[in-house]
Amino acid sequence: MKTLAELQAIKEKMVGQMNVREGDKSVRVVVGMATCGIAAGARPVLQTFSEVVQKNNLSDVAVTQTGCIGLCQFEPIVEITKPGEEKVTYINMDADKAREVAEQHLMRGIIIAEYTVNNSTLVK
Amino acid sequence: MFRSHVLVCGGTGCIATGSENIINALNEEIKKAGLENEVGVVRTGCFGLCSLGPVMMVHPEGCFYSAVDVKDIPEIVSEHLLKGRIVERLLYRETVEDGGIKSLNNTAFYKKQFRIALRNCGVINPESIDEYIGVDGYQALGNVLTSMSPEQVIQIVLDSGLRGRGGGGFPTGRKWDLARKLVPDADQKFVCCNADEGDPGAFMDRSILEGDPHALIEAMAIAGYAIGATMGYIYIRAEYPIAVKRLEIAIQQAKDYGLLGEDIFGSGFNFDLEIRLGAGAFVCGEETALMISIEGNRGEPRPRPPFPAEKGLFGKPTILNNVETYANIPQIILKGAEWFTSIGTEKSKGTKVFALGGKINNTGLVEIPMGMSLREVVYEIGGGIPDGKKFKAAQTGGPSGGCISVENLDIPIDYDNLISIGSMMGSGGLIVMDEDNCMVDIAKFFLEFTVDESCGKCTPCRIGTKRLFEMLEDITAGNGTMEDLDEMVELCEYIKNNSLCGLGQTAPNPVLSTYHYFKDEYIQHVRDKKCAAGICTELTQYIISADKCVGCTLCKKVCPVDAIVGEVKQKHVIDQSKCVKCGVCVDACKKFGAITKG
Repeated sequence: MKTLAELQAIKEKMVGQMNVREGDKSVRVVVGMATCGIAAGARPVLQTFSEVVQKNNLSDVAVTQTGCIGLCQFEPIVEITKPGEEKVTYINMDADKAREVAEQHLMRGIIIAEYTVNNSTLVK
Repeated sequence: MFRSHVLVCGGTGCIATGSENIINALNEEIKKAGLENEVGVVRTGCFGLCSLGPVMMVHPEGCFYSAVDVKDIPEIVSEHLLKGRIVERLLYRETVEDGGIKSLNNTAFYKKQFRIALRNCGVINPESIDEYIGVDGYQALGNVLTSMSPEQVIQIVLDSGLRGRGGGGFPTGRKWDLARKLVPDADQKFVCCNADEGDPGAFMDRSILEGDPHALIEAMAIAGYAIGATMGYIYIRAEYPIAVKRLEIAIQQAKDYGLLGEDIFGSGFNFDLEIRLGAGAFVCGEETALMISIEGNRGEPRPRPPFPAEKGLFGKPTILNNVETYANIPQIILKGAEWFTSIGTEKSKGTKVFALGGKINNTGLVEIPMGMSLREVVYEIGGGIPDGKKFKAAQTGGPSGGCISVENLDIPIDYDNLISIGSMMGSGGLIVMDEDNCMVDIAKFFLEFTVDESCGKCTPCRIGTKRLFEMLEDITAGNGTMEDLDEMVELCEYIKNNSLCGLGQTAPNPVLSTYHYFKDEYIQHVRDKKCAAGICTELTQYIISADKCVGCTLCKKVCPVDAIVGEVKQKHVIDQSKCVKCGVCVDACKKFGAITKG
């Protein structure tokens, strides 16, 4: 290793991954991973969120799972909580939507209303 | 890229309780569940809670499972890792709070700890240099080589007030400064690491080597730059196979990345490291004996001066620091001397790692800021004494140290305070004793160790410790006289003042310190021929109470030497001339409680 930049490059590659092991994060992404969620395809959703968060070093975001919240017909469900903001619940997610939500909501603060549970066209 | 990391402790303690099998089972179950691209299993260093092993931490939830069995793994994988449902029955009970879980860092065991030397243990994979770099690893070396002069490095270490963590407490910066300046025209200098951790009950250095080997490598390279050395040796016990293996892997990785070798960070600085295995002689932890052993000769100390900073390994200026001392260096460089001096007491800065052992609930590894009281360590972090027994004393510094008794429970732990009460910091073994421990027996135990480990080069140590041990044997066998006690103290002083190296000079400390604080016990052994704790078998008798004995014959049946006589429904009696004091009759008579030790 001849320069600090080389060290920095490795560090940047690792820092997102090491962040998974840190506690005390204020933003939470919770993916429903009960049988209903998994059957509806929650696993790639969870994985996608986790990847986007790690690749972009979103050090304040925790991506975790939860059980069934009783809205099985809308699974995969993802809830995003930011401090001081109301919880946003996204429904009928898939990996592509998850990427979009992660990039817009988590990184830019833009809620994609179209995918949320409040969108009356989805909830019939 | 994994969404979840399962950190399984791969320290020697947890490996002994089966963590390798846990790791294998985890990998297998994870594969079965098709989670191998989502969940990563990492073997880390010691978490510290060795008494609860095998332990594992699951992130991102931060769930800490303890005493995990291979049988639990399918449930952990299918419930927690797949569905996110925490397996509550396996959670470390201290982390369970009102139906939720609290962070491990908020439990009594961790809350008061402050981790500098152990900061990566239980957090990173010690066999991955990338993970170490991911937590600021090699950043300090990079900064030092690209933007600091050797003098500046030494100044930071001096300013930090860091003192040797091997026990002596010599200021690290001064050692480095001497090695840099004493022989200005030396053609070669050496950086050595003392990883010959030999105190009974001490495993601080092992845990750092097993959990964070790159921190040591980085610190030694920094030391090399500071004093002007291009070669370093790590002297480590062959009895630490896992530590040796991880160190070998780490050195190879550092070489592959060019963090060891030539022209590191393009600075023109070269540094190489080699491992030397010790064969387990306690005296080789003494600096001159250690260097002589590295040279390939029989490990025996030599008189000082000349000190190693002037004439050390192969006759060249050498510094020797212990593993824990080095583990502090990268953090001091990165965060500054001011940060380090903000922790600890006036003359003892930073933290100290202790290996908690003996009669204590949370056996394990703890790192505390200097100045914490022993009471906090024993009762808060250590969780107190098992079975509601009373604290009697704590032994620090192993065979070189002394004991801290109840009246000193509240003094702040630092180098100078411990010396003022006749003990010493030592390398960090901390053995807790309760009312069932006999202090004369403890002194005898440590003396037996030094008799075995005395290298034999000087007479005061070789013969003196042997004679001292024989005196203790007499006392514990009930053959001691009051004059013996005076002679014992005299001999202790003689050995202290006349031995060649630290081993002999400190060997009488356990005797002097127990005699100072527990003189009554010595006198009781000598004059009353009694051992109150019931440890010294020759001074102990088992007696059957005639009132309580119902003549059930149970004790008679279990006695291995037929020392108990008596017929059915008749009172039983122990023939003291035959009794070997094994105590099995006491257990057999639990129902009636007729047999007591006295």
